[in-house]
Amino acid sequence: MVETIRKLGRWGLGGFERLGRAHIFLFHTLMGVPSVFIRFGLLVQQMMSVGVLSLLIIVVSGLFVGMVLGLQGYNTLVDFGAEQSLGVVVALSLVRELGPVVAGLLFAGRAGSALTAEIGLMKSTEQLSGMEMMAVDPFKRVIAPRFLAGFISLPLLATIFSAIGVIGGYFVGVGLLGVDDGAFWSQMQAKVDFSEDIMNGVIKSIVFGFVVTWIAVFEGYDCVPTSEGVSRATTRTVVHSALAILSLDFVLTALMFGNI
Amino acid sequence: MSSNPDSNEVLVRIRDLHFSRGNRKIFNGVNLDIRRGKVTAIMGPSGTGKTTLLKLIGGQLKPDQGSIQVDGLEVPKLKVSQLYELRKRIGMLFQSGALLTDINVFDNVAFPIREHTKMPPAMIRDMVLMKLESVGLRNARDLMPSELSGGMARRVALARAIALDPMMILYDEPFTGQDPISMGVIVQLIRLLNDALGLTSIVVSHDVQETATIADSIYVLSEGKVVGHGTPQELAETDSDWVKQFMQGLPDGPVPFHYPGVQYADDLLAGSEQSRVD
Ligand SMILES: Nc1ncnc2c1ncn2[C@@H]1O[C@H](COP(=O)(O)OP(=O)(O)O)[C@@H](O)[C@H]1O
Ligand SMILES: [Mg+2]
Repeated sequence: MVETIRKLGRWGLGGFERLGRAHIFLFHTLMGVPSVFIRFGLLVQQMMSVGVLSLLIIVVSGLFVGMVLGLQGYNTLVDFGAEQSLGVVVALSLVRELGPVVAGLLFAGRAGSALTAEIGLMKSTEQLSGMEMMAVDPFKRVIAPRFLAGFISLPLLATIFSAIGVIGGYFVGVGLLGVDDGAFWSQMQAKVDFSEDIMNGVIKSIVFGFVVTWIAVFEGYDCVPTSEGVSRATTRTVVHSALAILSLDFVLTALMFGNI
Repeated sequence: MSSNPDSNEVLVRIRDLHFSRGNRKIFNGVNLDIRRGKVTAIMGPSGTGKTTLLKLIGGQLKPDQGSIQVDGLEVPKLKVSQLYELRKRIGMLFQSGALLTDINVFDNVAFPIREHTKMPPAMIRDMVLMKLESVGLRNARDLMPSELSGGMARRVALARAIALDPMMILYDEPFTGQDPISMGVIVQLIRLLNDALGLTSIVVSHDVQETATIADSIYVLSEGKVVGHGTPQELAETDSDWVKQFMQGLPDGPVPFHYPGVQYADDLLAGSEQSRVD
């Protein structure tokens, strides 16, 4: 019994210690960010590997999610004779929620885990230590460019996800189920507000991009430098990112749309 | 310091070094002098803290207590920018080579030059080829690190370590995991580079034979202390039991073959008693 409580206490303390390290790490990373703009090539290179890697899965998933929304939305709306509003339903669900959230989850699984594994591997093969000994700051050379690339990529990917999703919904709703083409677009245009809906969705994806990339690079940097340690860290990145995205989504939604 | 007659000859001076990881004391009052222009070996069994010692000298770790001076600079007290300036003058060869895996051999050797100088590409090319030539790998410049054998990777790392013409090179276990031929090559290279470039070398190793052939002087570490010091010749004729066991690779001695614990006979008896109770 005492042992259990003791374990719980250690676990709790360990958690807080990690949280502290994560914040110190973030501080160092942000200090390294200005130097990324001097070596712009590094950023472009990382945007290629972080962003473009996730592009395919984002496009394909966006298409299918949009198509499902089209189907489900139509089935519900047709009972009320409101199937003309399908465009609004699809667009709002994507822009407000599914775009940032699903793109964030996919991004964590595809790019986040890859970032953790890459940095973890660099740590376990002494590449990071080696850089330090060559008087090169790994935060400037390795961590900050990756962090910035992920942070910039996710909002772009989420936007692409939403746009493709709308096309998927259009394809099912207008193409297959016979919703009026003009009504689909004009209702969407009338009801989707730029600052209320689109900007809030973009803010969400910026927050998720920040948090997911932070988790991913931190887990890589903080991992136990063995093969087992790296694989554990990779798993942790995906799990923690998913939890962070979903809980933050609730908080942000409550703040933005909840009238609380 | 100036009262010491040979203070100019000593490049690295370690005094009363204490360092622990968690509750474990790794160093407990270590004193070392690394002389300029010499190859100094630091030996000891795995896990004694040899790698840790190199990281302390390079300022990657901070001691709990004691002084570490490199070229007159007190390493633990340096500011980050001063430390980075010092590190540009120190090359380090990591146990794994630590080559950057996403760029090829040429770019690996060019990496420190590009990071720290503003040389034009043609000059960088010449310098990199010169360094690669000195380790015999000029024609391997386009290979990726994953295509290199262990021995080649270590030689590339060596070329990178001398890229900025350092005053000192730290070698972490340069012989471990090498086949006899590449071992011979590396043994030769360490001595050759040291003498040709006027370097100071610190070789950390547990390979007694190879180290003894190139070292001018050897320190033997155990349990956080220096337990032996001298030329290879002097250590071979030592009368310390521990150093003798280590230098000659005897399986049993002051360091027991058996992991300490319950006596064998007691263990067997305990087993038969238990079966009687059952
Ligand atoms: N990052 C670390 N965290 C905790 N303990 C470590 C770490 N690195 C090394 N150690 C421990 O410190 C001791 C000395 O390690 P090391 O310097 O690598 O020994 P050596 O190079 O002589 O084999 C070992 O017992 C090792 O387990
Ligand atoms: Mg070691």
